[in-house]
Parts: sequence; C-alpha cells; structure tokens
Amino acid sequence: MGNIIYNKRLTDEYYLIKIEHKNNGKMGQFCMLRAWDDDPLLSRPLSIYDRDDSSLTFLYKIVGKGTKIMSKLRAGDDIICHGPYGSSFPKVKGKIALVAGGVGIAPMYLAAKELSKDEDNIIDIYFSLRGVEILREELSSVSDNLILKTNERVVSLVDADKYDYIFTCGPKSLMKDIYTNAKDKKATVYASLENRMGCGIGICYVCTCKTKNGNKLTCKDGPVFLGSEVFIDD
Amino acid sequence: MTKLNVNYSGVDFKNPVVLASGTCGFGTVLDDIFDIEKLGGLSSKGLTLNKRSGNEGIRIWETSSGIMNSVGLENPGIDGFISEYLSFINSKDLVNIVNLSGHSFDDYFQGIEKLNDQKLDIIELNISCPNVKEGGMNFGIKTEVARQLVREVRRLCKHKLVIKLSPNAEDIVDLARMCEEEGADGISLVNTFLAMAIDIYRKKPIFDNGYAGLSGPAIKPIALRMVHQVSKAVQIPVMGLGGISTWQDAVEFLMAGARVIQVGTATFTNPKIALNIIDGLEKYLESQNLESVEDIIGIL
Repeated sequence: MGNIIYNKRLTDEYYLIKIEHKNNGKMGQFCMLRAWDDDPLLSRPLSIYDRDDSSLTFLYKIVGKGTKIMSKLRAGDDIICHGPYGSSFPKVKGKIALVAGGVGIAPMYLAAKELSKDEDNIIDIYFSLRGVEILREELSSVSDNLILKTNERVVSLVDADKYDYIFTCGPKSLMKDIYTNAKDKKATVYASLENRMGCGIGICYVCTCKTKNGNKLTCKDGPVFLGSEVFIDD
Repeated sequence: MTKLNVNYSGVDFKNPVVLASGTCGFGTVLDDIFDIEKLGGLSSKGLTLNKRSGNEGIRIWETSSGIMNSVGLENPGIDGFISEYLSFINSKDLVNIVNLSGHSFDDYFQGIEKLNDQKLDIIELNISCPNVKEGGMNFGIKTEVARQLVREVRRLCKHKLVIKLSPNAEDIVDLARMCEEEGADGISLVNTFLAMAIDIYRKKPIFDNGYAGLSGPAIKPIALRMVHQVSKAVQIPVMGLGGISTWQDAVEFLMAGARVIQVGTATFTNPKIALNIIDGLEKYLESQNLESVEDIIGIL
C-alpha cells in the first residue's frame, strides 16, 4: 500500500491530496513532491495546506505535466515527498488578515488553523479565485470572517489599518498591491512568494529573488518574507 | 570487501562519486540532510573573482528528461568563498574541488593566485560555462584559444589542475589532448549543452540570454560517448559527468573510462541520490565478484 490517503477532486482545476508523512511542518512551509521517474525531471513544490504529525495535505492546481500526473493518483498509490522546507509565517497575535488569490490559498488554511488556536486572535480570510469557488466550508471553520469572491478582486476590501498583520499569497500583482496599500498603515505584511524552483533546498540557485538585503533564495530563505524586504521598487 | 577507493592523479578518493559544481552549493545545505563525508568529493559552485548576482529573468526550464538553466554563476566571489565556506569544506573528510570561472584571462589568473595559498585538493577550471555573456564558454570552444588560457593557468597554479570541458567545443578530443600537452592533471567532462526554448505566445526566447545550458538524463548518452572518446585519447585521468542519475549510469561512465564520476542535476530530484549511487555501485561490484572499482574503469 502506498502513502496516499486520498486525492480529492474539488473542481476541474483544483485537487486536495493527503499523504502519510511524518513531519513537524509549519504554516507557510512547502514540500517537494513527485510521482514519476524522470519526466518531468523536477519535483513540484507545494505549500502545506494542512498537517498533523503523521500526515500532510496539499492543495494543488493542474498547471502542467507534473500536476496532471498527480491528479490521476488514487488512494493507496505512492508519492515521494521531501521536506517540509523553507521559512514559515510567524506565530503572531492580534487581528490578522489572510489574503490569497487562486492556489495561493494553500498555506492560508493551515495559517488560519494555527493562529486561531489563540482565542484572542481575530482571523479574517480574503480569498479570490477565477471560476468556481472552493473550500468555503473549510475556510469558514478556521476563521472569524471569510470573504470569498470569484472573478473579482479582494485587495480593495482589505483595510490595512484594521489589522495588526496581513499574510498574503497569490499572484505577484495581488501581493504587491496588498503591500502597497498597507504601506504607512498599521498592518505588517508577510508574503509567501512563488518562484520557479529546481531543488527546493538552496543548492541550484534558480529561484533567487531580489530583496532589500541582496539576493535571497525563495526556497531556503523564503518562501515567507517580510513584505518590506521583497517588494522593493524595481 | 569491495574497494571503492580510487587514486586520481595523486589525489585519493574514498569512492569515485563526486557532486558536480553548481548542483551542491558549498556542501553546507546538503550536510544538514546527510553526512557529506560519505561522498568521494565535492566540486564547489563555480566561483568568479568578484561576487556575481547572476542572470535576470527565468533561470530554469524543464524539457523532456532534462532541464535548461541560466543561473549565470551567481556566487559570493573568491574572497566570499574563502571567508564563508572554505574552512567548512576542509573540515570534512572528502576531496575538496574548487571550481573556478572567469570572464577574461586576467580574471582567471587573479583567481588562481588568490587560491594558490589556500588549502584545497583540486582546482577545476571551468572554461565552459554557457550562461555568461562575453565570457566563460568562448574560452572552451576553440582549442587554440583554450590553449593560451590553460598554458598560463598551468604556469601559475600551484594546485592540482583539472580542466572542465564544454560539449559545445569544436573538437572535444582535440581540446582534451591540448590540456594534456599543457600539463593539466586531469579533465572533467561534460558541462551543459547549449540549448534553447521559446515562448510561442510571447514569441520570444524563454531565457533573457537566448540560450541556456541543458543537463539531466536527456544528455547522458552523448556525454557518455564524449567521455569514452576523450578517455581513449589522453593518458591523464577523466572525471565523467552528464545526466548521471542512477548507479547503472555511474557504472557506464566508469566503464567508458572515467576514474571519477560527478552527479549533478540528479541531486535536485533527490538530495541523497549520490548515496544511492555509491551503495548501488558497491552492490554491483560485489554481485560481479569484483574486488575493486578499478576492475571496471576504462574496460571498453
């Protein structure tokens, strides 16, 4: 029997896969997954959607060859998982907005779940995606307020003076807008960046991103960075 | 007990498996994942005289059973390497290979002089990086251009000197013979193959530089042929690389004439893959009732 517990289709594009894998993963970290030999050659970096000590769940969107192969896997099949790797969202206290676009929602479920363990925290999730909505019930269950929109942006709905922290993940334009809107306002922004990766551990240097403090590796120094560190004027 | 150790131009390797330049950083990250002293050696990320921040734009692109990369030698520079990483590598029991690149003859000469008084086992001279404009590979295409560089570097270099050849050379066998004539202690081959991908909707090359370096299983049969040809043509020892990702691949390269093999891109797919290769190689030799890895090197 392989290590896949389930591989659930949410829509034509989005899937949730749960696997047995001992871990002490943190919110914002990712794993390198592969269920193929050498074509495609590289593993796929996926953010942790949910976890316990013996299992990990990942949300993924079918984009290319690798995720297409993944979507065909069934419970009981094998998938190779290395990790968790990378930096994580900090365990902050206060009023927190989690703002995500598309598959960028992946790390936010775990972030909301972890942060809501502190009952004094207030967690609002802002989530926009194209097409059909997903995960409404799941995201509601770990947040105080859920704003979920399809085919409509949510950036302008986020009042950065209302929050102590904003965590964001999604298309770069969304994250940058969130950061720009929050500049000189109360909220501190953390962003989980996406970049083409090779190894996932910091040896291939293909996922370099420019920061205020020089080049950093998205996979090893990130994927979670302070917004003020990475959204520098180009 | 099968012997995996080999002597390469006077340098003892506990086994013939080395991590290739540009695919293992400086060993620090991998040492957190496994004990790097299990390796025969490690070739550092390609160094340049001064720090480089690497290429803009997309740096990696997958193709069938391969990847193209355009990192552009992002590295801390020789001084940064010496202050941040050299003592770490020297604290480990494995062959310390330092890979050196350059953009001009003078860059190489200054780099060699900076490294002359440092403790290391082998300099691997990269005359073949495809990803640096105005530099790198041009030195490794034409034998007579490369000869000037290798001759002068040989004169200056106090360390063991291995020249890393480009498969994009006009005549790789000729290039290898030249390295031997000029006094190199060994040759490593192959670096990546110059390659291209196009974004058909943007109607532009994927990479800002136009071309990039292809590696991975896709290049293995060509690399193996080149290692075989070069091993036949020269007496100095060869390090073979190019798409090695299984112990069977390693056995092929050894049989083709490589005394040491390097594992590159495969480490990206599994950080511990070199350990699987060492283990598989040992079991293979035992299954063939061979006493030493020497019994298969260059048998073809």
